[in-house]
Amino acid sequence: MKLNVFGSALALTLGLAGPAFADIKIGASVSETGPASSLGDPEAKTLKLLVDEINAAGGVLGQKLKLFLYDDGGDPNKARTFATRLVEDDGVIAIVGGSTTGTTMSIISVVENAKIPFISLAGAIEIIDPVKPFVFKTPHTDRMACRKIFEDMKAKGFSKIALISGSDGFGASMRKQCLQVIGEFGITVLAEETYGPNDADMTPQLTNIRSKGEVQAILNPGFGQGPAIVTRNYGQLGIKTPLYQSHGVASKSFIDLAGPASEGVRLPGTAVLVASLLPANDPQKAVVAAYTTAYQAKFNQPASTFGGYAHDGLRLLVDAIKRAGKADPKAIRDAIEGTKGFVGVTGTFNMAATDHLGLDLSAFRMLEIKRGDWALVQ
Amino acid sequence: MRLSRKHLTLLVLALLIALAPALFPSNFYYRIGALIFVNGLAVTGLVVLIGFAGQISLGHAGFAGIGAYACALAPGYLGLHPGLAMLLGAVLSGGVAWLIGRPILRLKGYYLAVATLGFGILVSMVLANEAKITGGPDGREVAELGLRGALATIGIGLSNAQFWYAATGLAMLLGAWVALNLHDSPTGRALRALHDSEVAARTVGVDVARLKLSAFVISAVYASLSGSLLALMNRFITPDVAGFLHSVELVTMTVFGGVGSVPGAILGAATLTLLPQALTVLQQYENLILGLIMMLVMIFMRDGLLPSLMRRLKGRG
Repeated sequence: MKLNVFGSALALTLGLAGPAFADIKIGASVSETGPASSLGDPEAKTLKLLVDEINAAGGVLGQKLKLFLYDDGGDPNKARTFATRLVEDDGVIAIVGGSTTGTTMSIISVVENAKIPFISLAGAIEIIDPVKPFVFKTPHTDRMACRKIFEDMKAKGFSKIALISGSDGFGASMRKQCLQVIGEFGITVLAEETYGPNDADMTPQLTNIRSKGEVQAILNPGFGQGPAIVTRNYGQLGIKTPLYQSHGVASKSFIDLAGPASEGVRLPGTAVLVASLLPANDPQKAVVAAYTTAYQAKFNQPASTFGGYAHDGLRLLVDAIKRAGKADPKAIRDAIEGTKGFVGVTGTFNMAATDHLGLDLSAFRMLEIKRGDWALVQ
Repeated sequence: MRLSRKHLTLLVLALLIALAPALFPSNFYYRIGALIFVNGLAVTGLVVLIGFAGQISLGHAGFAGIGAYACALAPGYLGLHPGLAMLLGAVLSGGVAWLIGRPILRLKGYYLAVATLGFGILVSMVLANEAKITGGPDGREVAELGLRGALATIGIGLSNAQFWYAATGLAMLLGAWVALNLHDSPTGRALRALHDSEVAARTVGVDVARLKLSAFVISAVYASLSGSLLALMNRFITPDVAGFLHSVELVTMTVFGGVGSVPGAILGAATLTLLPQALTVLQQYENLILGLIMMLVMIFMRDGLLPSLMRRLKGRG
C-alpha cells in the first residue's frame, strides 16, 4: 500500500515535470535600446507579436511558445551575459537575436559550447563564413547587396564608377566586400572617397568625384545619417551621375532625411519595404502582406527590414521545430539546416550544410525612390 | 591571535568567493560572478586613484581597452601566448599612463576629469578607426587562454564558466591584497595625506607629483588587467570596452560602494553588476529603478554603501 502511494506520487511528479506539459522555451537578446535600437526595437516588437500570434493559433507541436526576451543595449558584453542566462538559467532550446555583428559574435561561442541553435539577425558574412554548426542568420550579406547593385549597373551599361564610403563598421565592411566582387562584373573604380561617421558635409569628396568626368555611377556604402548627407550634397552640387545607396539605408527615414535629392536614387532592399507594390503572383506577396499588416495594426508604424529579419528568424525556427517533431536542440539544428524553399519576408531560404544563410540574390529587390516613396525597378 | 583588519577583509572576500557557488542554481551565476570580479578588479584600481590619492579619472576604460586589445592582437601579430599578452597589455598601459600622467596630473578637479575623459575617448576612437589592425567597431575574436585545457589534463575538470569564476575571483583577490597592502604602507599613508590636503602633504615633504603618478600608473594596470580578463573570458572584444560609458560605469561602481574602501568598491561593483540582471523582469522600468537606487544611496549614504552601513552598525553596537 505504502509502495503504491509512493508510486502514484512519483508518477504524478514525473507527469507534471514531463515535457508534455512544459512550454517550448525560446530565447532572444536584441538591442532594443542604445545605438542599435533602430534595429533592435522592431525586432523585439516582431518577436512578441509573432509569439502571441503563434500561441493564439494553438502553439507549436501542441505546446505554447515561451519567449525570454532581453535587451542588451547593443553591448556585446551584455549580449554574452544574456546568452549565458538564456542557455544556463532559462533553459531555452534555441536563441534568435544579436542585432549587431558585435553582439552576435559574442553570443556565438556561448551557443557553440552549449550546442543550442542560434539564428542571428546581423549582417556580417563572418557570422556564417566559416560555417559554425549551430549558427544561422537571416539577413543577406553585404556582399550580396554589392552583387545586386553591380548587376543593375552592368545592365545599364555602367563600367566606370566612383565609391564614396563611410568609415564606420558597416561602410568599411561593405566597401571591402564590394571591392572583392567588383571584378566579376567588369566594373572598375575610378575614384574613391571616404567620410567619417559624424561628418556633416561631404561636398569636397563629391566635388572630387565630379571632377572625374568619365564616372558613370556613384556608389555610397554607408549606414545612418552619412548617406542622407551624401545624397543632399549630391543634389546641391547638381550632379547628374546616377547615385546608388546600400541596403543599410533601406528605410523610410532615409527618404525623409535626404529630401528631394533622393529622387532617382537606387538601392537594394527587401520585399517588406514594397509590400503593396508586389505583383499578385509574387511568391512572397502573401507572407509579406500578412506580416506588414499585422505589424502596422499592432504598433501603428510601418514594418521595417530589420523587423523582417526577426520575423524570418522566428518563423524559420518554428518551422524547424515542427519538422523535427520535438523540442530538442540537436534535432532543431538539423531541421534548420535542412530548410528548403521556406518563404520568408526577407527572401526564400534554402539552407545547406555549407550555407547557413540560404538566401540568393533574388531576396533583394532593386528599388528606386520616386516621388518620395519606394518603387520597384523591373 | 587577532586578525588585522586587512586580513579579515581578505578572508571574508575569499570565503565569499569560495562559498557562493554552493548557492548557485545554474552555471549562469558563475558568469555573473566572473563579471563582478572583473569589474571588481578595475574598481580596486580606482580606489587607489580616487579613494587613496584623491584624483579623478573618467578615462580608465581606455586602459581596459589597451589590455583587452593586447590580448586580442598580440597572439595573432606577435605570436605571443595570451597570458603573456595580458602582461604586455599591463606594461603598455602602465607605460602610457606614466607618459600621459606627467602632464595630465598637473591638472586638478574638472580639468583633470576632462583630460582623462579625452584620453579614454581617444583610445576607443583609435580602436574603432584602425579597422585594418583592430577589426573596427565590429570587434574581433580573442584567442583561447588554454589554461582550462591544461587544468583538465592534470585532473581538474572545470566548465568554462567555473574556470573563469575561479580565475577572475583569484585575480580580484590578489588585486585587493595588493591594494590593501598599499593602503597600510608608507606610500599609502602619503597618498591619503595627499588626498586630504595637497598643500599640507607637500609641506611635510611628500613628493606629490611622483605619488600622483604612481597611483595613476597602478590604477591603469588594474584597469588593463581587468580588460584583458574580460577579453579572454568573452573570447570576443569590441571597442565598447574602452568607451566613455564603461569609464563612467567603473567610477560609478567605485563611488557607489565606497570610494575609500576596497571591499566597499567591490560591493559597489557587485551591486551594479547584479541589479540590471535582477531588474530585467521589470523591463522598461529597469533604468528608472537603477537611477533611483543610485540617487538614494548617494543622498543618504554619502560615503558609499559599505562605509555607511559599517558606520551605522558600529554606531548601534
